[in-house]
Amino acid sequence: MDLIKVAENAFIREINYPEFSAGDTITISYQIKEGDKMRVQDYRGVVIQRKGTGSGATFTVRKVSGGVGVERIFPVFSPNIDSITVNKKGKVRRARIYYLRDLKGKKARIKEKRS
Amino acid sequence: MAGLIGKKIGMTSVFSAEGKNIPCTVLEAGPCVVTQVKTIESDGYKAVQLAYDEKKEKSANNPEKGHFSKAKTSPKRKLVEFEFENSLQLGESVTSEIFAEGEVVAVYGTSKGKGFQGVVKRHGFSGVGGQTHGQHNRLRAPGSVGASSYPSRVFKGMRMAGRTGGDQVKVSGLKIIKIIGEQNLIVVKGSVPGANGSYVIIKK
Repeated sequence: MDLIKVAENAFIREINYPEFSAGDTITISYQIKEGDKMRVQDYRGVVIQRKGTGSGATFTVRKVSGGVGVERIFPVFSPNIDSITVNKKGKVRRARIYYLRDLKGKKARIKEKRS
Repeated sequence: MAGLIGKKIGMTSVFSAEGKNIPCTVLEAGPCVVTQVKTIESDGYKAVQLAYDEKKEKSANNPEKGHFSKAKTSPKRKLVEFEFENSLQLGESVTSEIFAEGEVVAVYGTSKGKGFQGVVKRHGFSGVGGQTHGQHNRLRAPGSVGASSYPSRVFKGMRMAGRTGGDQVKVSGLKIIKIIGEQNLIVVKGSVPGANGSYVIIKK
């Protein structure tokens, strides 16, 4: 296992995103290639889970768009992520808040953590 | 062909400069020691025998000890012959430096054993087409294995069920993405046959 980490570390690039975890509302600026042009698109939603370690780590962001739930999985070390901003810190009791998928409207709100 | 003996460490994925996620395999390549140099005069053909992976002195038998002491090295587990273009000396160490980043290599490994398998998994038969029209228990059956009165036998080499996997498999066209000289690691794009920790032969 250790030698795999050595190989992974040889590729990992520096990232300086703010810390976030499940329950937080974040905005991701994601680079999209259209033909030969690059465009930055914002995606805002609630982090449902953080998964994996090392270079293969990912996080899932859920948002409700036009009444339809949308979940997108982003690799943490993806070079296409321009920036991440944390909009709200959520107060949740578990690391993977899948129960959010079954909730709608007012029930799907998450209490904000006040520091 | 020049090459090295190594070990499959495992798979991971890395991002390329274009932002694409590339599946790749980490291999430990060498360091190998030259334990015998075969020449046309003495052996009838030209080859270099490389040895890899440390072995305990007490688990080596006397003929092995003698063979390795000729090259002034400790006993090793795996011996493979290669054809190197440049001449190598007995006892010389060969490392991953013989490869370059961006180079395309072929990797030989022993595929994972699958046990006794049917013809669908073993030979890629498609099985019986549908589940309806009276079918009930022959979905993965091989079908006919030959004609009747002539030849009155089953031809040799007829593909049937049996032990699967555990064979030597060659995968060519693997591009070296990175070489980490300190730990003798090379990272190739794509997958390599065999289980993690199994021996592989990497050839140019």
